[in-house]
Amino acid sequence: MADAVISVRDLHKSYDGFEAVRGIDLEVGRGEIFAFLGPNGAGKTTTVEILEGYRTRSAGEVSVLGIDPESADRAWRNRVGFVLQESRLVPELTPREAVEEYAGYYSSPRDIDETVRLVGLTEKADVRTAKLSGGQQRRLDVALALIGDPELLFLDEPTTGFDPSARRQTWDVIAGLAKLGKTIFLTTHYLDEAQTLADRVAILSAGKIVATGSPESLGDRGMHTEIRFRLPKQLDVADLPDRIAREARSDAGMITLNVADPVPVLRELTTWAEGRGVGLPGLNVGSPNLEDVYLELTDGGSRVMKRATR
Amino acid sequence: MNGAALVLHQFRFDQKIFWRNPAAVFFTALLPLIFLFILASVFDNAEISGLDVKGATYYVPAILTLAVISATTVKLATNLPAEREAGQLKRVRGTPLPPAVFVAGRVGNSLVITAIMVVLVSVIGALIYGVDIPTNTMPALLVTLVVGAFSFSCLGFALAAVIPTEDAAPAVTNATVLPLYFLSGVFIPQDELPSGVLDFANIFPIRHFFEAMFTAWDPHTMGSGFEWGHLAVVAAWGLFGLIVAVRYFRWEPRR
Repeated sequence: MADAVISVRDLHKSYDGFEAVRGIDLEVGRGEIFAFLGPNGAGKTTTVEILEGYRTRSAGEVSVLGIDPESADRAWRNRVGFVLQESRLVPELTPREAVEEYAGYYSSPRDIDETVRLVGLTEKADVRTAKLSGGQQRRLDVALALIGDPELLFLDEPTTGFDPSARRQTWDVIAGLAKLGKTIFLTTHYLDEAQTLADRVAILSAGKIVATGSPESLGDRGMHTEIRFRLPKQLDVADLPDRIAREARSDAGMITLNVADPVPVLRELTTWAEGRGVGLPGLNVGSPNLEDVYLELTDGGSRVMKRATR
Repeated sequence: MNGAALVLHQFRFDQKIFWRNPAAVFFTALLPLIFLFILASVFDNAEISGLDVKGATYYVPAILTLAVISATTVKLATNLPAEREAGQLKRVRGTPLPPAVFVAGRVGNSLVITAIMVVLVSVIGALIYGVDIPTNTMPALLVTLVVGAFSFSCLGFALAAVIPTEDAAPAVTNATVLPLYFLSGVFIPQDELPSGVLDFANIFPIRHFFEAMFTAWDPHTMGSGFEWGHLAVVAAWGLFGLIVAVRYFRWEPRR
């Protein structure tokens, strides 16, 4: 990549004999929102903390803004912002004060009020942070990461544990940052988050990247369109047109078809239904999404679920 | 911002945070004053045998000893592990703020609280209990305060470094200093303590700090009142604390 902000070659990290990261290569270009997607324990935070300079690596090459983060200095920290996975705020300060405190740490900080507004906290600017909701606190976290006007922002699971409206507000903030031209490295275990925000996604499983690409290209990768409908009670799978009956999976009357080319199949199906004079209750045509790719790539989901609940 | 301006910036926020936390203000600023009122009132006219001073004259330097240690060791050793486990130190470490400036802000914060407490305790002692503020021994008092405040700040960072969790912080800190206050004559007049107890307390810095402090307040002190021997022990402990802190202090939670 011509203008890579982050460049990683064959990164490895072991703790006490356990290999958490097993040979990762990735490049993130300037202005890109890059999502690092994977279940808990896949190695996301380990990787991001190596990129942030919090952790040393066991092997491989890492360059972030042209510098090895292991030798990060003040000048480098002036150019990056971190939203850590877990970091509480100082309850005694207000959002405006917290942002003002952090503004003092940077050589050319952004405007304080404007930054508070950017994360949607203007109305809460003078309320103690202890009184903010989880979503508001997280957005203040983003403001603290942003106040130094960094070129690169790391957001480690920025919406974990949020209710849907708080997530959406935080997404709006993150999408707004991209408009400022920031490069954003996002880790998440939410597929919809990656799909909504990211230009490019890397899917991580057991310390390795198993797929990279745009959310759309990953979705297209050999995935079929899913057609679902409920079979009218008086009919049986065998009553369907032959070609459809062969492909059909029946689950308590709910028929699922996975087809490469949905248009002719739908035409045949609807023609058949009209001819029979029956409806197709609950007809649903689903486009492939990241979730399908994700489950396919991370071993059918069984291991994902086990790891996630461990 | 240059280094000094940045220290001032950090100090300003540390002060704001301190005065807005009622529990911190109570334990650091009010509790020593409450102890002063109780002890100086109860023992006001009781002669401290062997020292030939009245109770209040004994307890003003005793409570000052307590106040300095509360504002430094106790405050740092209870706050820092909590901030570390909350991920706050880790977040600060990710900014361009130099660690030395962060430390200087915290120590400055403790020194200013110490100074406020010294003034309050001295003024209350003088106005209510008629305990004269030192004049001839004022330089010795100031040197003692400076050596003590720095050394006990270092010990605060050292304790913070070895305390594993947020929950353990107040317990470990109080279990360390409270017995030593009793054994060092801060609460119980030293003439009531068996000599074996004082010998034991002499291993630790609190007893020596109190001795130097008492000499500065003792009306019988002849000369300038510098207790270099005691101050050397306090400073040695401070240096030990500094080494432990530099070696073991962590910015990241221990999860």
